[in-house]
Amino acid sequence: MSNVLQIAWLIPILPLIGFIINGAGRNNLSKGVSGFIGSAVVFASFLLSIYVFIQVKNGHTDVLHYFNFINIESLKIAFDFKLDQLSSLFLLIITGVGFLIHVYSTSYMHEEPAKDFAKYFAFLNLFVFSMLLLVMGANYVIMFIGWEGVGLCSYLLIGYWFRNNDYTIAAKKAFIMNRIGDLGFLLAVFWLIAKVGTVSFDEVFSTVNLAKLTLTDKTGITLLLFIGATGKSAQIPLYTWLPDAMAGPTPVSALIHAATMVTAGIYMIARSNILYTMAPLTQGVIAIVGLATAVLAATIALKQNDIKKVLAYSTVSQLGIMFLGLGVGAYTGAVFHVMTHAFFKALLFLGAGSVIHAMSGEQDMRNMGGLKKHMNITHLTFLLGCLAIAGMPPFSGFFSKDEILAAAYANNPLLWGIGVITAMMTAFYMFRLYAMTFLGKFRGTHDQEHHLHESPFAMTFPLIILALLAVIGGWVGIPEVFMHGGHKLEAFLEPVFANTNEYVNAHHPHEHLSPSKEYILMGVSVAGALIALLYAWNKFSKYEKTELPSTGFAKLLENKWYVDEIYQSIIIQPLRSLSVFFNNVIEKKGIDGFVNGTGKAVNYGSRQLRWLQSGQVGAYVLLMVIGILVLFIIQLFL
Amino acid sequence: MDIKAYIVLALTLFTIGIIGVLVRRNAIIIFMCVELMLNAVNLLLVAFSKMHAVSAAVKASPTYASDAQIFVFFIMIVAAAEVSVGLAIIVMLYRNTHSVDVNFLNRLKN
Repeated sequence: MSNVLQIAWLIPILPLIGFIINGAGRNNLSKGVSGFIGSAVVFASFLLSIYVFIQVKNGHTDVLHYFNFINIESLKIAFDFKLDQLSSLFLLIITGVGFLIHVYSTSYMHEEPAKDFAKYFAFLNLFVFSMLLLVMGANYVIMFIGWEGVGLCSYLLIGYWFRNNDYTIAAKKAFIMNRIGDLGFLLAVFWLIAKVGTVSFDEVFSTVNLAKLTLTDKTGITLLLFIGATGKSAQIPLYTWLPDAMAGPTPVSALIHAATMVTAGIYMIARSNILYTMAPLTQGVIAIVGLATAVLAATIALKQNDIKKVLAYSTVSQLGIMFLGLGVGAYTGAVFHVMTHAFFKALLFLGAGSVIHAMSGEQDMRNMGGLKKHMNITHLTFLLGCLAIAGMPPFSGFFSKDEILAAAYANNPLLWGIGVITAMMTAFYMFRLYAMTFLGKFRGTHDQEHHLHESPFAMTFPLIILALLAVIGGWVGIPEVFMHGGHKLEAFLEPVFANTNEYVNAHHPHEHLSPSKEYILMGVSVAGALIALLYAWNKFSKYEKTELPSTGFAKLLENKWYVDEIYQSIIIQPLRSLSVFFNNVIEKKGIDGFVNGTGKAVNYGSRQLRWLQSGQVGAYVLLMVIGILVLFIIQLFL
Repeated sequence: MDIKAYIVLALTLFTIGIIGVLVRRNAIIIFMCVELMLNAVNLLLVAFSKMHAVSAAVKASPTYASDAQIFVFFIMIVAAAEVSVGLAIIVMLYRNTHSVDVNFLNRLKN
């Protein structure tokens, strides 16, 4: 039976081949060829992923063994791929959304020189490869390879326009922030090896090995893994790289925010669900950090004027919601939200890219407006995406967000309350974005207005597909109250979370919400979002450019709570002063002084002693006699 | 005869030799002074040999009082050989430089 899945190794290898071809041939390949290769390999992976998904759906889950990656004494780390419900679902999201982004990129990046164009596609393919490796790895080490890989690729792609110094700084920021998180991940892996001697998912999560871990171990390991996740999935305190990652080309933002990279943290925690369920403290931390991130990012998004920045903060906020889901034990809900979020966030980013394309690179929403009549497809698909992210039924965001909020209510009504406020803010800033961009009248320059046009088919095609998915994507997870057996996703993912469910039922079974209560919760959150939506629609469709600088709280939000500045002053500045101190005092005066001093002393001493070698025989003899006399004196009198 | 007289004589000869080596520049005189020092030491050697031979234990030995004298003869023979080499060097030196001034011999410097 394993034979049906044996072909799965091709899924990550194909994008790797694409990377090698595009990377090696970047000076020779024409744009058409490199774009085609880049997209085709991902499409092939997508087809294979569908095949794997169908096989998994039919019950063929398996761990494929290829070779031993590390083999030291009793520690054996195999290069294995694990194909089960969770990884096959992620494979579909990554390759599917990834493919659409590749297609979109062929058109979006068309003005780049052929050499950079091929380089861009090479990086995109490497990105997809790393993410696939991360998702398919059957143990933490293989996952870590992919984990580092996506960090590297994000660095390469954010800094794609590396001639711009700000973009390079943004790329470095992303890389360093990720590295901080990765250290946590690595420590967790070491801890696991020390305690249970294996890193393979199946072995770690087996009852025997879980029994070897004390509560402290579990809490420590899960917290360290969570630190890794905060880096990769942009949570407090390591979230600031994600908004800066907007420096990359817009399709890259879509790829980072929707299909790859930021979902890695969610995936990892969902994969380790049993460990997390057994560490309630960590779960509490995750729920609080997730919710805090969601609220913080949502408030920042309210006042941003850069179209991509709004979307970036909305991603951070949505990721916070997902972590809230993970924290309250709604693993299915979190994975569900990853999926729907992948659809509508990719859609929104690509739509924003289409707008930026039409506006000849303008990203400031204050200079947009009234694009509705110029860009029909972009406008319509964008509206659908906004409705989906705002959680309007029956769009996809409604189902996944509602599931997480319901689980949060079961855990603690306060979490639910804050979650609903976040959802309202989401609706507000998304429709502020929508209204400022597409409604009202055009506020840009005359040249820009003349240039406005709908994007080519290669760009609108992914938008249409993604809009379709953003609308219907939620229907795989219809809550029980609406339709019995409607939550197909939950049934599908059930085996992955079986251990957790068993554990939860055995230890503290939570009561199911009554249907009437669930209706009320949904009603409140939808009504809240709807009010915020209409308010924003009304307010910002008549938006006029003002030169007045904002004051007070609005200024605080506009400046992102000054988090970057705070980090700058409490972490970077002291570090910098410390390194200046080390450089000037310890290095230059201490170490250099010692090394150079030795040399100088020898040099000086020899210059002085040189005069003794006069070449006069008489002088030598005299010295000899003096020496003998001294020896005599020592011998006789001392 | 008191050993002290020998020691004083040897010391005097030796000091004359050292001072000669230090203050004179003529290679031949320096050479002679070196020989003087050598012979001062020889003298001392013979004197001490004679002094030690006074003790009864040494008198019983079959090589009574002859070790040092023979030793000194060897030293003289070796010194004669050394003198011939030294003189040969001085002769060659004179042929090359037309001088026997040792201060002239600092050419190895630099």
